[in-house]
Amino acid sequence: MNSPFPFLTLITFIPAVAGAIILLMPKERGQLIKVTAAVVTFISAVLALFIFFTYDQTKGGYQFIEGPYPWVQSLGISYLVGADGINLVMLILTGIVSFMGVLISWGINERPKEFFAFFLFLVAGVYGVFMSLDLFLLIFFYELSIFPMYFLIANWGWPVTREYAAMKLTLYLLIGSIVALIGLLAVYFSADSVAMGLQPGEHTFNMLKLAQGNIPLAVQRFWFLPIFLGFGVLAGIWPFHNWSPDGHVAAPTAVSMIHAGVLMKLGAYAALVTAVKLLPDAAKEFLPFIIFLVTINVVYGAAIAMVQKDFKYVIGFSSVSHMGLVTMGFATMNQVGLNGAVLQMFSHGIMTALFFSVVGMIYDRTHTRQIPELGGFIKFFPIVGIAFIIGGLASMGMPGLSGFVAELQIFMGLWSGPANGAIYPWYPIIAILAIWGVVLTAAYVLRVVQQVFFGDWDPHKWHDLRPINLGDKFVLVTFTLILIVVGLFPGVLMNMINSGTAPVVKLLGG
Amino acid sequence: MTAEQLNQGLWAVLPEILLFVVGAIVIAVDLIQRGKNRRVLGWLSTLGVIGVLVLVVFQTAPMVTSNATYEPFFSGMIRIDLTVQLFRIMFLVAAALTCLISLDFKPMKQSSEYYALVLFGTLGMGLMAASNNILMLYLSLETTSICLYMLAGFMRDTRPSTEAGMKYFLFGAFTSTIMLYGLSLLFGFTGQTTYQGIASALANLDKLPVMVALVLVLVGFGFKVAAVPFHMWTPDVYEGAPTPITAFISVASKAAGFAVLIRFFVLVFGPVQEHWVGLIAALAVATMTLGNVLAISQKNIKRMLAYSSIGQAGYVLIGVAAVGYLGTAAVLFYLAAYVLTNIAAFAVVEVVTNTTGSELIKDMAGFSRKSPAVSFGLLAAMLSLAGVPPLAGFFGKFYVFTAAVGYQATDPVTGLVTHPLVWLAIIGVLNSIVALYYYLIILKVVYVDRSEGDTTEVQVSGTLKIGLFIAAAGMLVMGILATPWYDLATQAAKLLH
Amino acid sequence: MDFINNNLLTLIVFSPAIFAVLMLIIPTKDRGLKYAALIFSLITTALTIYLWIQYPAATSDPAGFKFVVNAPWFPQINSTYHVGVDGISLAMILLTGILTPLGILISFRITDRVRVYLALFLLLETGMLGVFASLDLIIFFIFWEIGLVPMYFLINVWGSKNRQYASFKFFIYTMAGSVGMLLAIQVLWFALGKTYDMNAIQAALPNFSGTLFGLPAQTIKSIAFWAFTIAFAIKVPIWPFHTWLPDAHTEAPTAGSMLLAGVLLKLGAYGFLRIVLPFFPDQAAQFSGILAILALAGIVFTALAAFGQNDFKRLVAYSSVNHMGFVVLGIAAAAASYGSTDPAVKASAVIAVNGAVLQMFAHGLSAAAMFALVGVVYDRAHTRDLNELGGLWAVMPIYGGILIFSAMANLGLPGLAGFPAEFQVVRGAWPVFTLITALSMIGLLLTGAYVLKAIQKVLHGPVNHELLHHTEMTEINWTERLALAPLMVLMLAIGLYPFWLMGVINQSVTKLIGG
Repeated sequence: MNSPFPFLTLITFIPAVAGAIILLMPKERGQLIKVTAAVVTFISAVLALFIFFTYDQTKGGYQFIEGPYPWVQSLGISYLVGADGINLVMLILTGIVSFMGVLISWGINERPKEFFAFFLFLVAGVYGVFMSLDLFLLIFFYELSIFPMYFLIANWGWPVTREYAAMKLTLYLLIGSIVALIGLLAVYFSADSVAMGLQPGEHTFNMLKLAQGNIPLAVQRFWFLPIFLGFGVLAGIWPFHNWSPDGHVAAPTAVSMIHAGVLMKLGAYAALVTAVKLLPDAAKEFLPFIIFLVTINVVYGAAIAMVQKDFKYVIGFSSVSHMGLVTMGFATMNQVGLNGAVLQMFSHGIMTALFFSVVGMIYDRTHTRQIPELGGFIKFFPIVGIAFIIGGLASMGMPGLSGFVAELQIFMGLWSGPANGAIYPWYPIIAILAIWGVVLTAAYVLRVVQQVFFGDWDPHKWHDLRPINLGDKFVLVTFTLILIVVGLFPGVLMNMINSGTAPVVKLLGG
Repeated sequence: MTAEQLNQGLWAVLPEILLFVVGAIVIAVDLIQRGKNRRVLGWLSTLGVIGVLVLVVFQTAPMVTSNATYEPFFSGMIRIDLTVQLFRIMFLVAAALTCLISLDFKPMKQSSEYYALVLFGTLGMGLMAASNNILMLYLSLETTSICLYMLAGFMRDTRPSTEAGMKYFLFGAFTSTIMLYGLSLLFGFTGQTTYQGIASALANLDKLPVMVALVLVLVGFGFKVAAVPFHMWTPDVYEGAPTPITAFISVASKAAGFAVLIRFFVLVFGPVQEHWVGLIAALAVATMTLGNVLAISQKNIKRMLAYSSIGQAGYVLIGVAAVGYLGTAAVLFYLAAYVLTNIAAFAVVEVVTNTTGSELIKDMAGFSRKSPAVSFGLLAAMLSLAGVPPLAGFFGKFYVFTAAVGYQATDPVTGLVTHPLVWLAIIGVLNSIVALYYYLIILKVVYVDRSEGDTTEVQVSGTLKIGLFIAAAGMLVMGILATPWYDLATQAAKLLH
Repeated sequence: MDFINNNLLTLIVFSPAIFAVLMLIIPTKDRGLKYAALIFSLITTALTIYLWIQYPAATSDPAGFKFVVNAPWFPQINSTYHVGVDGISLAMILLTGILTPLGILISFRITDRVRVYLALFLLLETGMLGVFASLDLIIFFIFWEIGLVPMYFLINVWGSKNRQYASFKFFIYTMAGSVGMLLAIQVLWFALGKTYDMNAIQAALPNFSGTLFGLPAQTIKSIAFWAFTIAFAIKVPIWPFHTWLPDAHTEAPTAGSMLLAGVLLKLGAYGFLRIVLPFFPDQAAQFSGILAILALAGIVFTALAAFGQNDFKRLVAYSSVNHMGFVVLGIAAAAASYGSTDPAVKASAVIAVNGAVLQMFAHGLSAAAMFALVGVVYDRAHTRDLNELGGLWAVMPIYGGILIFSAMANLGLPGLAGFPAEFQVVRGAWPVFTLITALSMIGLLLTGAYVLKAIQKVLHGPVNHELLHHTEMTEINWTERLALAPLMVLMLAIGLYPFWLMGVINQSVTKLIGG
């Protein structure tokens, strides 16, 4: 079963090692550092795509497995990574966004060495979480990816709020992850050793084995919420979303992209593979209630986004709203809803990365993000404007773009109800409430589009703006094309996702 | 005592004997060259300690493979097992690094007494860990303490240092008296002085007097590890003592305290563990909470690290409270990680005070631009203290929390197996968040804030760089390749229990 | 040729989208772009006419649709690319195909960002054509929403002063309606064996019984009925959901208004005929009274409102609501007929719906013409205030003639398109809603009043010398004449001999009503 070639390991470790190498480079060689970062993220992205296209969808399950190689044997910790239909989608998302992030950061000249090193550590951590099949490894990478954020934001962020935001973000995420960690330890100790094929008294962090561990229902019930919500903090679940807009706004552009585009998915993904997949019985009991929280996410996030004056805050709150839909998709507990949730993760990752890159491009040139102060930029930056508009249309679920396919399926999931046949009368009501989030999304997206891109152009205020460079154009066009292609031909991703979610549905269905 | 037993016993305490010899040589050399080249003394001590370290490793290797337990030596005064060896390694590493970073500590005259006291203190620690008799315990503990009192007040011409020495001494004397009273009670109850003797006699005793003795003994240990409420000396001593000594006190002395604490409680009070797990847990909560909360408001980096080290002691106490091999292994791992980390932290403090002449946190602003390498060492140290992967501290915390969650007890009424210390792990988690806050503040000051003239790089002495590099590399290696040391710790812990 | 025959509908629907992409990349400048767009749109028009010609001879599927294509698209949710046409949609497709090149002709005056403008215009055409062709609810919804976006930008970028507010209102109103529709679509999907196919849903709905989400089937159906109804009512628009329309029409560029009034409004009415009536006959019968009353309110109130306007374009905009009221009245009559087994009622219903569909077509022509004519004046005078215009007949005689011709068609003068349409609606609705139909005659009366007011204010009366002083009121030019001529010919053709269109419509309507 083991992969003959360590693809996955390479994907993670190439950025990590490159990060270390960059630290050793002389700081005057900014260009070399940037090129290294670009090449490295590109290689990882290509490897991820390669796995994506060679993965055998008909067979399903985890493929390209490496390990388990014992790490801390006495505790049952091992190095074990693998790819399935869900995490492959996340891996290619990470690949795309990280490469684009490096391109967007080409203009960073303030301590580029540290910036790109931290950035690559972050990327390595993110890759690691998505591919880990060992619980400890997952936590390890998870925390590894939180900390570079602090420095990236605090050092290169928006000077006004960066220290506050970086601290807030780090503390929030860490609280969540360690609370989840305690829960996972409880799961680890309560799994049935014999059922997992181990000696009595022996424990393992291997998630594939833990899944057979017959976790007692009492343990599942007690620890489901800490684990799910602990990771959910990173997915921005209300009321733990507070760090997210501040963090997004304060972060430098590339970091916002990675952060909202990929990192938030880390929370949702980790919640899915730990809380839902290891504690399915409790998941069945609790998810129908968690859906209330995420409904607040969807509607409240969009409503708050509408009243923001700061361009970037609008996007920040829109992420809160959209990530709510992801969790809502989990909570539907059926095939179509989960498919929608995973696709929403991908689609939101791309579109929000697009948004943040646009915000970054405009802010870099105007040094303001106040929506009323901007105006008429489509004249000057047509490509930026069109890309933003297409992203905006995707985010409001406009058909023909990826957001629609994802949201459509999530709402279909809501109507269908859980796969185990349980009926929760509030699901349809949730659907009716949550769809107003979509209308609100349309409202705030249009508000931004109208003012920033179509408002009145002030030739006195904005003169000799630096034109956007080729790299920026490439980023925008790529993101836009992905949104369109996935929207028109959802099959490119859906078959893959379907093969990944089917086992989860089976767990929740029985 | 047969000659063979004597031989075995001498082999067992050979590290301590050699430490004494090195100390004597250092003094002799100083006398011979009349205090001319004091750097030689530092190097001599460092290399001597490293030599002893090699010996200890050499001693330990057969113990690992044979997995044997040794009978006590010297009429039950000393008992060597794997746990002791691991603690000795920690002490020696700490001592070696301390000597190394002392070489270029500017505000002080590095005389031979200084190094000799460090060596003798280490000697006492080794015996503390190895003691198997309450008399030996007390003697070794006092040996260590007296050396440290003097070292803390070593900068006689500065007020803070003198005050530190005095305060340390008064507190230490007071608590050790109380501990002595507890030890005498134990002797009075049982008529025994060896650990095993007391333990077997305790089983038939009424629990209340035993608990009184236990609490009294705990006062002494609590002082050594700086557990709340016996922590009051810590900030002042840490602030006043010469920085390398602060590092030494904060790691080696604390580790020694934990060595006796864990051995004494497991070997002597093991049979009555259900009566003191809660007590230690409460101590852990108080220690980490108070330490972490008070650390936030500190303006002096050394005081901040003092409170931080109180907080760290609290996490280790979690491992002590989670009686069992998981807990003990976690303690052994955590302390080793902590030794490397905290020495690195104080080494950086030394660099900063050497260059800026200030110990205030705000004066570290922009230091990352003055010295990227040293700042990176600080980054590693702070993140390791905070428990961030892939550094050693992360694994330490992970093991400690694992032990707490995994601690099992059987409900006496229902007979069900429960995990009663999960709450302790949760409090530990919350504390680590608080701790993260102030560690990040330090890093923020160093990395984000700016100060005047921070664009010129500063020169850092070679010894400090070496010390820092060793500690930082150790942290990283212990982090990524956490297995060997943890496996050793597990093996030792299983033997102990 | 086989390729074209087999994929005719797909070609028609997607050719404008492809042309839109081409518009973005062809390397010509302003004028060339306009001609290119015109030629492109004429290709589509030719295809629609070809479709029209082929229609009678084509084979139909059991559900009565021709040129059907059913290809897999999104198997995970069981949605297919399913398109086809019947008489009703054919008429609408033809209307769209004809109006688009005329809109482009009118847009020859546009100078600002022509390339994007024309691309959006063509994209809009795809959206509209797609809605008329779809036989799968998801595909229907996709096209429904796609049409929204280009229209939004046409108003927002090329509109007049208050365009931001108007376009925003337009978008959010429609969006709010369509999310409700989306939910209703999903409820049907879930309730009826997880299919989005319209024919399958139509077949399955009568057998749908029991409870869903703890609600009885009838309630679910009623909820779905209202969700669709409101979505379509906003689009038509039916009073009181019409408030976005005067703003949007007024602010839109001329060609935008033409398509908005000419085709976009018909999407709503088409939705009623294609989805609401076939899916929910019982609910339709039950709530037909409400629909009829709303139609009446629309006819009367908006006619009054139109009369009260001083803005020429706003007046025409209100007249659109007014005329669409008759379409709704016809639909309401048809809805009511589902509750009855009386063949006479059925026959009336068929007449009413025939009238409604014809009205959709006729109003598409006359409204487009009216907006084009408003645009002609506005382009020259830069004002639409009726009080500032006046006596223009003397200045622009040909324009005056065309305006009077179109206005007459608009108010329903016999011999022109509006008359047979409104007559049939009234004739068909009379037996069903006698009182309401009678009252709606007030609206007809008022229509005459406001149309004449407009003519009088624009063409007659004293010439506003101040206006003529600083603007040159030149005669309507050849491009504009060329754009208006086909509309006039068609208005006349329908007015004189409606049967050429009625034949195909009647066939499908009869099937729809089941008379």
